[in-house]
Amino acid sequence: MPSLPDGDPAPADGLLPPSVLAGAEDRALSLYVHVPFCSVRCGYCDFNTYTALELGPDVSQEAYHLDAEREVGFAARVLASSGLPRRPLHTVFFGGGTPTRLPAAHLTRILAVAREEFGLDDGAEITTEANPDSVTAQDLQVLADGGFTRVSFGMQSAVPQVLKTLDRTHDPRNVPRAVQWAKDAGLSVSVDLIYGTPGESLADWERSVTEAISYAPDHLSAYSLIVEEGTKMHSQMRRGVVAPIDPDDQAEKYELADDLLARAGFTWYEISNWSRAAQGRTATENRSAHNLAYWHNQDWWGIGPGAHSHVGGVRWWNRKHPMPYTTAVRAGESPAVGRETLDDDTRRFERIMLETRIADGLSIGVLDSQARQQIAPLVAEGLIDGREALGGHVVLTLTGRLLGDAVVRRLVT
Amino acid sequence: MSPQAVVPPVPSRTDPSLLRNFCIIAHIDHGKSTLADRMLQATGVVTPRQMKAQYLDRMDIERERGITIKSQAVRMPWQVEGTDFALNMIDTPGHVDFTYEVSRSLAACEGALLLVDAAQGIEAQTLANLYLALENDLAIIPVLNKIDLPAAQPEKYAEELGNLIGEDPDRVLRVSGKTGEGVEALLDRIVAEVPPPVGQADGPSRAMIFDSVFDTYRGVVTYVRVVDGALKPRERIQMMSTGAEHELLEIGVISPEPKPSQGLGVGEVGYLITGVKDVRQSRVGDTVTAASKGATEELGGYEDPKPMVFSGLFPIDGSDYPALRDALEKLQLNDAALVWEPETSSALGFGFRCGFLGLLHLEITRERLEREFDLALISTAPSVSYDVTLEDNTETVVTNPSEFPEGRIKEIREPMVSATVLAPSEFVGTIMELCQSKRGQMGGMDYLSEDRVELRYRLPLAEIVLDFFDQLKSRTKGYASLDWKADGDQAADLVKVDLLLQGERVDAFSAITHKDKAYSYGVMMAGKLKDLIPRQQFEVPIQAAIGSRIIARENIRAMRKDVLSKCYGGDISRKRKLLEKQKEGKKRMKMVGRVEVPQEAFVAALSSDDSADKKK
Repeated sequence: MPSLPDGDPAPADGLLPPSVLAGAEDRALSLYVHVPFCSVRCGYCDFNTYTALELGPDVSQEAYHLDAEREVGFAARVLASSGLPRRPLHTVFFGGGTPTRLPAAHLTRILAVAREEFGLDDGAEITTEANPDSVTAQDLQVLADGGFTRVSFGMQSAVPQVLKTLDRTHDPRNVPRAVQWAKDAGLSVSVDLIYGTPGESLADWERSVTEAISYAPDHLSAYSLIVEEGTKMHSQMRRGVVAPIDPDDQAEKYELADDLLARAGFTWYEISNWSRAAQGRTATENRSAHNLAYWHNQDWWGIGPGAHSHVGGVRWWNRKHPMPYTTAVRAGESPAVGRETLDDDTRRFERIMLETRIADGLSIGVLDSQARQQIAPLVAEGLIDGREALGGHVVLTLTGRLLGDAVVRRLVT
Repeated sequence: MSPQAVVPPVPSRTDPSLLRNFCIIAHIDHGKSTLADRMLQATGVVTPRQMKAQYLDRMDIERERGITIKSQAVRMPWQVEGTDFALNMIDTPGHVDFTYEVSRSLAACEGALLLVDAAQGIEAQTLANLYLALENDLAIIPVLNKIDLPAAQPEKYAEELGNLIGEDPDRVLRVSGKTGEGVEALLDRIVAEVPPPVGQADGPSRAMIFDSVFDTYRGVVTYVRVVDGALKPRERIQMMSTGAEHELLEIGVISPEPKPSQGLGVGEVGYLITGVKDVRQSRVGDTVTAASKGATEELGGYEDPKPMVFSGLFPIDGSDYPALRDALEKLQLNDAALVWEPETSSALGFGFRCGFLGLLHLEITRERLEREFDLALISTAPSVSYDVTLEDNTETVVTNPSEFPEGRIKEIREPMVSATVLAPSEFVGTIMELCQSKRGQMGGMDYLSEDRVELRYRLPLAEIVLDFFDQLKSRTKGYASLDWKADGDQAADLVKVDLLLQGERVDAFSAITHKDKAYSYGVMMAGKLKDLIPRQQFEVPIQAAIGSRIIARENIRAMRKDVLSKCYGGDISRKRKLLEKQKEGKKRMKMVGRVEVPQEAFVAALSSDDSADKKK
């Protein structure tokens, strides 16, 4: 799992500096709830998650919601004590791990506590990730009744061999059924795919995308497989058991996916995310508001072990293992282990890095004069859209999306 | 057993008959410094408490590498049968790069200990220095060291040494620098067998400089051996090669720290301080005499140091250029053999073309620049000096491939060396194969003993400076040893191979090679660069060419994907830091046309595969 960043020590009371108050009224507040449990750890996974065996004493899936609820309460108190105005939550997102390892009733309880502590915006987006294999129609109904509006299924691939390489245990045939249940319960639906798995052919990938489109979700994410150090797959690659990642193959698959999705009525709005008009909502309305909150540098509080938070230019991250995390929240202390306060230059760097990823683009006004000299060459090289540039925005072309980091490196000075 | 001296002879008033001047000839790790330490202890010059391991090797690098670059001279009192003698031990460099320094050290002595590891036998460099010692008519005392080692074979190697110098193997001394065994007997033997120095006590003074060292506090410290007459404090002296005059601010002996004396008489060895700040004003091999009524004839043997190997040194950070120049100037104060001039490379920026005595000299210089002056450097592949005659009969000397003339060439002459390889006889075949592949011509072959062979070859120096020694070592499991000395030049069929990125020549990668090897060099470098240069947003062709003729090509495909598709649960900090790091990395890139080449690619492409541990 990625190690946590280096940063300053986080204060035990979690209080934020006065600098976070500037412009707070104009920033939406979101909540992320991390559920650090899985039945098995997938070979590629470097997220902060644990199987039952990996947890210590005093930590259990059964009691986890209580600790999460404690941190929700702590969050509300810290934000208020730091002088921030009360802001109802714009979005809530349950991720993992596998949030649906918890009983649906536990998820709705946490949400209920969040609603009590913060309130919810009208039309707030409330999402949970779900395993298409283990979630039931009844679970989905409980979630919908409890206030959830959206579910994101970890489909990854329609090809059993590819799923096996990824250590995913679900039966791909269960995905359409789960998608249908979610729709029946009135939830909007996203599916996640992974491309570039070793051994996955271009035809395999085409099959996965086509299959996912056939379920008619209103949102789809496609992430290239990233193999981080410390994962099982990384060591398999080092030993030559599994073929290494081929960026050219990933580029080809990205282009194929974008083409297939466009033909099925999906439009991209972030490098790895597409949405379409469905279930009475426009494509824009079907974008993930929670993801956009990240890309637009809004405020969010991350609940749970290893979760990251951002409020007004202060970022912090929680203790990674559930044990020390649990100890901190039960003692009424901040479970954060490090934080950083961004200076103006760093905030601008992040803004360039994040906003170039989205279809709405980055305002050229954010760039300094030196970076602006890069605009014309970037247009000439076909990496950013010329028409948008004339309109004052940096918007990546299809080629540019694949070379997004290279573009960012040229725009930050 | 001999006691330590009771009344040590006083410098400047010691009768030459009580002096013994000797040096130690040994291979690098055969234990010379340890034995020298033991002699300092046995003679009471150093108390055990003062004992620093390898007392004579002052510089860190020397201590780490276990080799002695700079020689020094220590005066040690020793009593034999009631007479107090003064023994001057003159330390000699053990490496082939410093043959000239060795020859001057030998010229300051009447005797030499031939020190050989009892577990390894004699090595080629030792043999070379032994020849030099015999040419100087030195008395040779054969000594086997490390007899305490379990792997020692004193019988076998005593036989080998005996055969070599025509001496009864029973007369080969056996010592252990580690335990001290045999050291006192060795000191007695020096007194008995090394002849005392002979000179004209009342003639005009003549002293030979055998070493010259820059000291931050004292300026240049010059080590001399007085041949005739005497030198006195405060007297004005003259350096005979240049005529430069200086005042003798201090004169004395080392024992083991400098001790001023009332002068130095015939046969004595010691140091001079004149206040000069640059060792080039006090050159090894030069003759010191009195400024008035001095000698008219120099002692023979002085030579200007001649650089043999050339390499460009460039700071990785271009703003370090002035610091590099200052550092080279400082090193030159202590290293008369180091020469350099400014050089500009389109790929590497501003740097210096430096000339060295050999590869070790190059490596040590580079290491000192990096370590003592905290500079990060790129050094270009070592090159030699070629004499190029064009068709219009103009001649140029080329030490840098980028200066290779473009016009029609009539003849190119390259420097040659005569090389001696000593190895166990089982490796004869593989050594001959290697020498042939390096364009060597065999001069002869002799068996030193039943299973040890000496092979003599004439080889182009350029082949030696590339990777000859590494290959020799690896093909003989480390058993072969090599010595070489300059041996004229010869005409050869040489060409310059250029490397091009997107059609732009990268001067730092150009090389002068034999025509038959140009192709393999081109293929090797193009392949290396393909692996070392990261993919760009466009395709980058790599070509190797002789003139306009392309001899090898590779292609770096355009990069298609360079974007992180996901942030980890909002871990923006991590992604930002990654980008910041990449951005920082870009700043360290050198631009070749539109191609970004990382510094590491230059470093890796210009270093041979196992440069870490070579030339030891």
